[in-house]
Amino acid sequence: MMPPINWPVIYPELAICITAFIVLIVDLFLPGRHKWVLSLISIFGVLVALQIVFMNFGLKGDTKAFFGMVVSDATGLYFKTIFCIGTLLAIFVSITYQRREFPEVGEFYTLMLLSTFGMMIMASALDLITIFLGLEMMSIPLYVLAGIYRGRYRSREAALKYFLLGAFASGFLLYGIALIYGAFGTTNITRIVELIADGKPYSPFFVGVGSVLVLIGLAFKAGVVPFHMWIPDVYEGAPAPVTAFMSAGPKAAAIVAILRIFVITTPVIDLTWVFWVLAVVTMTWGNILAINQNNIKRMLAYSSIAHVGYLLVAITVGGEEGVSSAAFYLLVYTIMNIGAFAIVVLFAEREEFYENISDYAGFGSRFPFAAITMTIFMASLGGIPGTAGFVGKFMIFSGAINHGFYWLAVIGVLNSLVSIYYYLRVVVAMYMRQPQTRLVDIAISPSLMIAIIITLLLVIQIGIFPDNWLSLAKQAASLAF
Amino acid sequence: MEMIVKLIPVFPLFGFLIIGLTNKKMPKQVVNIIACGSVFLSFVAGTIAFFSLLGMPSNSRFITGFWFDWIIAGSFSSSVSFMFDPLAAVMVLVVSGVSFIIHVYSIGYMAHDGGYWRYFSFLNLFVFSMLLLVLADNVLLLFVGWEGVGLCSYLLIGFWFHKKSASDAGKKAFIVNRIGDFGFLLGIMLLFWTLGSTNIKEISHLAPEMLVAGGGLVTAITLLFLVGAVGKSAQIPLYVWLPDAMEGPTPVSALIHAATMVTAGVYMIARLSALYVLAPTSMAIVAIVGGFTALYAATIGLAQNDIKRVLAYSTISQIGYMFLACGVGAFSAGIFHLTTHAFFKALLFMGAGSVIHALSGEQDMRYMGGLKNRLPFTYKAFLIATLSISGIPLLAGFFSKDEILWKAYSSGHGHPLLWILGLITAILTAFYMFRLLYLTFHGKSNVTAEAEKHLHESPPVMLIPLYILAFLSIFGGYIGLPHALGGGAWFENFLMPVIAESAHVIETGSHHAPSLEYILMLASVVAVLLGIVVAYNFYIKNPEKPKQLAQRFAGCYRLIFNKYYIDEVYDYLIVKPLYILSLIFWKIFDVRVIDGFVNRLAKFFGSMSERFRILQTGFVRNYALVFFIGVIILVGYLCYIFR
Repeated sequence: MMPPINWPVIYPELAICITAFIVLIVDLFLPGRHKWVLSLISIFGVLVALQIVFMNFGLKGDTKAFFGMVVSDATGLYFKTIFCIGTLLAIFVSITYQRREFPEVGEFYTLMLLSTFGMMIMASALDLITIFLGLEMMSIPLYVLAGIYRGRYRSREAALKYFLLGAFASGFLLYGIALIYGAFGTTNITRIVELIADGKPYSPFFVGVGSVLVLIGLAFKAGVVPFHMWIPDVYEGAPAPVTAFMSAGPKAAAIVAILRIFVITTPVIDLTWVFWVLAVVTMTWGNILAINQNNIKRMLAYSSIAHVGYLLVAITVGGEEGVSSAAFYLLVYTIMNIGAFAIVVLFAEREEFYENISDYAGFGSRFPFAAITMTIFMASLGGIPGTAGFVGKFMIFSGAINHGFYWLAVIGVLNSLVSIYYYLRVVVAMYMRQPQTRLVDIAISPSLMIAIIITLLLVIQIGIFPDNWLSLAKQAASLAF
Repeated sequence: MEMIVKLIPVFPLFGFLIIGLTNKKMPKQVVNIIACGSVFLSFVAGTIAFFSLLGMPSNSRFITGFWFDWIIAGSFSSSVSFMFDPLAAVMVLVVSGVSFIIHVYSIGYMAHDGGYWRYFSFLNLFVFSMLLLVLADNVLLLFVGWEGVGLCSYLLIGFWFHKKSASDAGKKAFIVNRIGDFGFLLGIMLLFWTLGSTNIKEISHLAPEMLVAGGGLVTAITLLFLVGAVGKSAQIPLYVWLPDAMEGPTPVSALIHAATMVTAGVYMIARLSALYVLAPTSMAIVAIVGGFTALYAATIGLAQNDIKRVLAYSTISQIGYMFLACGVGAFSAGIFHLTTHAFFKALLFMGAGSVIHALSGEQDMRYMGGLKNRLPFTYKAFLIATLSISGIPLLAGFFSKDEILWKAYSSGHGHPLLWILGLITAILTAFYMFRLLYLTFHGKSNVTAEAEKHLHESPPVMLIPLYILAFLSIFGGYIGLPHALGGGAWFENFLMPVIAESAHVIETGSHHAPSLEYILMLASVVAVLLGIVVAYNFYIKNPEKPKQLAQRFAGCYRLIFNKYYIDEVYDYLIVKPLYILSLIFWKIFDVRVIDGFVNRLAKFFGSMSERFRILQTGFVRNYALVFFIGVIILVGYLCYIFR
């Protein structure tokens, strides 16, 4: 007798999925000038999903569904919250841009929602196959989104590059899953953990190589060096709101999947040094290459690689402290990064118009509010005290020190020192350089303003009163072990 | 009632936010209503809380207003919460009451200033900070208010920042206060380190149990706090900022640099009286600092020509009295003088402001004179304040000053020498105040022709506040009528529970015959009259005499006129050496060593970045290759492990 399917577990996913289809269908009947209705439907759908996520925190009884393939635990729910927040903000960032640049493309929101659906599946997955399904569900809409601006050569190029390399990475992921299946005869994470605990004989080599290959597949999505090469080109080529969306949620999804895999690998093989090296290489590479970038999207792309490096520090530390600091950092990163991109979108009135850092000269006096907001986001990304980014970095590095990873902490702090340089370049350009050309007026759309204000308030609020958010992240980590 | 106490400082905070954020978008009338209204609401709330305090039994008069926990770290905790006890009540009423009057006065005084909005938002921020300071129930929150008022003082001294002298004065005030604040902060740390608490009530309970009376620790703590108090209240040797602070608008001088902020040091010492009574050495130093400052500043006041500077030195001198009172253990007498001083000194400054306003900005007394008939209303108010500060019997200043002089002589911590210091100061005070009055309002007019054209009495919005304060300068003293004059010393009794333990220690001093109090009182009255008579002789009867005297004692006169050259001495001993040192650090150490190293390093990273970006070719095949190399390294590592 099969146990019943436990539907409430995937209600959040269902809510997003259903919304995506509603948007798709409504799109058919809407004339071009009314496409903005779709964004409202999407926002509503994500809010419903968010509400269900909150309700699911109190889910009683069995939290597993689909015969143990998905689960609704605190870790997953925490990450789903991040996805919902990220998607919500990304929609707000997109509305005006989408209406201006490709008004006829109604499926924009559908794709965004379906990608979010994939991320949520990844966060819920307790089975390697489910992880793979979620990953593809997340990625394929992203490939399309990257190239949604069909008229632009760079956008098409970004999509194709992303797709080709993505397929390449998926191959490794699948191969890794196959190896693990070969070792245990199952792909279910819970089951594998039980088998290891029971002392069932297995081939550690298969499990080791398999999990490393799975790790590579996921590391590609997160942008870990040396699997990061696609990131700068894709981030630069994709439309700015899509980049904002891509830089937050998918990374978090990949990280949560890595955390789940980590649970398997820990008893089999000590990968601490692998993570250690990946962390150092990733953050150093990202930061050094960010220094010389002129295009702000490209700079933020390298900066996002560096941030994944910091996250890998937390994963290296592992344990409850590592996971909670990674979880907290992802939330912070999502908020501040989308905030920064919102400003980029705001300034990029016309595509490729204000995309270089040098173009920002004189913005400080021309657009005082946007400039000060951008300064705060840059400070937060750089980890300057008083902002959310500082608290996030502090948690990660203090975790590293508590667990004896002194060198990792030192390298990490030195790296964030380097990063201050390129973040401040933006600030310097805005406040201390004279504009070369006459600055054009920028009309601030209300939806973009909402995204900017929400992110700004959160960055400051988390920066000054992080307690509640920290305890939320701790709760997310405590149940993972 | 808790809610009302909690709200007292909130009104001006909102006033500050609203005016500060909307700025010039708001019409002036609305600014007036918000700025004055918010302070008035604080005053009303303070009054309500005060009366409910009166309704309680005298030894349990205490209302808390808890907002939220502010910092909790290990054993350290500090909250944003207020305590409304008799001492806080007195301060709240004085601060909000006088502030309200001065806000109203400012409407007239600042009417034509371009920075109207900025002015009122700063003024409201000041009232908020000051109320925070007096209501704080722990030393750390008190320090927040302390720094807040310091900031506002700085902003308002340099209000006309385009004038170099004003912005310099602002900086001077800020920097000198830093020295004091540093001592204060060290005091807080040492206090927490020894007692494990920053809560004032807890400190008062713990201190007698945990600290050895007269021990080194409590002496160190109290001396550090004294450094803070000396900085804020402009006592020797950190008084130098206050005369320069007169560069700010006159209502600011009245409010911040005379009536309220500068007395914060006295308030703080009274607040921590439980600590001070344990440290007799510190008490003695407080008394000596106060006594000498009183005398010293009074002598400088004799020879100044700027009307506001005379008042500034007078303020320093009067605060010296308050320190003297605290130093001999008569904390309530100090607070009493603080209160009456707030009335008459605010009145003097506002009167001076009215004169300056009438003379289109002239502040030099040599270009005044004979204004008695031209500004009759200002004159009358000013006369009352002058009589009050000089200590003419039955006016407010008489009672409070006399109380201090009596305690300086009779208290267990007192000494006849301290009394003599106070008495000489009283003579000098009467002299320089009447000198000021005569030079400004009497004699023949020296007003320049230009100023003569615009000469006018101030509008009612400035005069009415003057008369409210004049009323208080006359009758404000009766709240503390001493036993010797048939009063009930109500003020002292009201404050008694807060500083009861301290008073307990003091009362062990020798008892004196009641007749002595009358004799001393008579002596001080004679002293005052002497000062007035001399001033009359000098400036009305023989206007040539001061010049002759100045010539005969030229050296002495120049010394006083140049304020004992203290500014120059500080400049030579402290400012110049620091400047040279910083120049050395900047030119050699910073530019060559630090910048050189940092620039090299930055260039290194920059060139690396430049070199490595070539790897990002843009070709998918290269990307896949890098990817694959990564795979080979990782899998190779695993093969190595499992070989």
